Parts: sequence; C-alpha cells; structure tokens
Amino acid sequence: MADLLAPGHRGCAGCPASICVRQVLDAAGPNTICTNATGCLEVMTTPYPETAWKVPWAHSAFENSAAMASGIEAAYKALNRRNGTNKKPNIIAFAGDGGTFDIGLQALSGALERGHRMLFVCYDNEAYMNTGIQRCSSSPIGAWTTTSPEGSCSSGKTQRKKPIAMIAAAHDIPYVATACISYPQDLKAKVKKALSFDGPSFLHVFAPCPTGWRFPSEKTIAMGKLAVETGVFVLYEMTDAEPMKPIVTVKPKEFRPVEEYLQAQGRFAHLFKPKRDEVTLKRIQEDVDRKLKWVGLKP
Amino acid sequence: MVTKITKGCVIYNSPTSLGNKTGGWRTMKPVVDEEKCKKCNICWQFCPDSSIEPADRKANKAIKINYDYCKGCGICAAECPFKAITMVMEEK
Repeated sequence: MADLLAPGHRGCAGCPASICVRQVLDAAGPNTICTNATGCLEVMTTPYPETAWKVPWAHSAFENSAAMASGIEAAYKALNRRNGTNKKPNIIAFAGDGGTFDIGLQALSGALERGHRMLFVCYDNEAYMNTGIQRCSSSPIGAWTTTSPEGSCSSGKTQRKKPIAMIAAAHDIPYVATACISYPQDLKAKVKKALSFDGPSFLHVFAPCPTGWRFPSEKTIAMGKLAVETGVFVLYEMTDAEPMKPIVTVKPKEFRPVEEYLQAQGRFAHLFKPKRDEVTLKRIQEDVDRKLKWVGLKP
Repeated sequence: MVTKITKGCVIYNSPTSLGNKTGGWRTMKPVVDEEKCKKCNICWQFCPDSSIEPADRKANKAIKINYDYCKGCGICAAECPFKAITMVMEEK
C-alpha cells in the first residue's frame, strides 16, 4: 500500500479526481506512465514547479491525452526493437469528462482504433468543473450548470448524458468498463484486468464533485454509492469476447427511487423548489429506466 | 516563488507538492479513536489528499492522520464503519 499521488495538491476538499487517481495507481503500481488532459486533475496536481505525481507524468493539451499515450506506447515498441529489450510499462491516459466526451473524443477514437496497448481512464464529474461548472455532454438531464441555468424558461440541461462507455465499446476493443470511486475493490479489479490485455481499454469512472454538484464534501463517497443504488450509474464491464454485452459487476438488490439521489444535490434543487417539476422528474426517471434496460437490469 | 525554469518544464525531484501545506484550509479536523480503529484502511482508500498513514494490523498500529495536509473534508469520518473518526472544530 503506497500512495503514488503525494499530498499538497490543490484539489478542493473531498475531491473525487484525486481519489480516482489514487485508486487507479494503487492497482497499476509504480511501473506506470501517465498522460493527462487539461482539466481539474492536471491543474490541481501540477502548478509548475510543483507536482504531486510519483510516477512519470506528462500534460498533453485538452484534446490529445489518448494520442500522447499512444505515442508513448509506440516509442516503447520502437526502442524495444532497437535495443532488444522487452520493457512494457503500464500506460494510462487520464482525462476528465470534457477531455473524453467532448474535446478528446476524436483522439480517443483514433487511439482505440489503432489498437495501442494502453488504458484510458475518464473521471466523470458531469461538467467542466475546472473552468467553473459549464455544461458538458456528460451532464445529466435537469442538471444546473452555469451554461444550463434554471429559471422560468429552463429546468437545467435538457439533453441526455452521452453513453461514452458504449461508444468506446463500439470500437470493438478488448476491454471497456464503468466504475465508481465508492467501490474501490471493483475499480481496482477492473484496472488490473484492463492492464492485462494487449490492446486498448477504456474505464469510465463516476466521480461525484462536491463543488460542482453542490453537496457537502464529506458526502463524495456516499453520493457515488447513491448513484449506483438508484440505478443512475451502472457498474459493468464488456470484453471483445462478447462485444456490446455488458456484464453488471455491482448489482443492487433493489433500486432506490431516483429522487433520493436528486434531492441530495444542489444542482437539482430547482426540480423540487419552489414547486415540483413533474415533467423533468418523469424524464429523468424514464432515462434511468432506459439505461437499465440496456444493461438488462430491467425488463 | 521565483524558480529557474527547466528545459521543457521538466520537474526532476518529484513530488514537489509537499512544500504546499494544505492543512491550513481546514475548519473541521478528524480525530482518531485508536481503540475503535479496526485497521481496515477503508478511510485510507477514500482520502483525497493522501493524508492518512495506513494502519498496520501486524504491528497493531492504528491509522494516523497527517495534519500538515488534511483539508478536513470529513470523508474518513463519514465512511468509517466503526465510527472511529470524529470531526471536531479546529482551534488554534
């Protein structure tokens, strides 16, 4: 048990991104090279000349974390060939939801298609937190952000969340999984499994952000558990042996009502006050049920 | 802070963030009851600031909090299944 992310970084109290990195690196071990897209994680861990990373780490631009990781993998291949060595460090690309769902999508798609041996980890806090909580294609229906405000004509974001794990899986890559920082055993098992494949793998990590979602910092872990227990986020994995067939790894016995999850966060407060927004609440419930149907948890 | 900028902005002596003592951010402080601590290290898994020294079951050593860097988020106290950590007001 060794921490590969040092203290002293500037993340908010209760930050889920650093919890995600600590758990991923704990599973991957010190023989790892990381690349990092622009985002909260990059800004808070490495204000030059400070760095909190104890493994080799490099900052790419916002869009090309996956491209940089694939370059590192290709360089290792070339050096191994030239020197007759067989060095195979784990190569992990970190990106937030902005650097994965929106801005980094084409670099990610390219790297997955080229088949580099690397793991792409997306920590998903459902908005652009680093620049001040702007709407992202990962934000869920009804969520308040600064660019999807609530008011008399709007009840937060109107569109659905993009199913990024399914998009990654559609590239027919060896391994795709979703995980949550609240279930560290499950997350670490998935990281180890992902790194065992000789090809690209994708991990979508759900990371509840106290600052952007408007809840107290000590509830970061509880919020992740609540998301899984209400069916808002499903933990599953897919391999290319059975493409596009998700196998659920954490199955709640009974799903709790989605409203429990919504009421715990300030970004959904406008759905309940001053009066209940039945239309949006129904849309959210329908969307959750649809996604549960996809993975076979609801008939 | 004035520093000589290295070529390519490479940082050689990582981790250099240790100089930034984030303990000053805290308003509430976690206090460990060593008798209640079962050394399961669940809190260690969830600490965002790497501010918990893991417990050692063999040496019968409870977890220890590094107050130099703990930001007082309260996750450890909320997630401890044995209620061995309590949050108290920071007083100086």
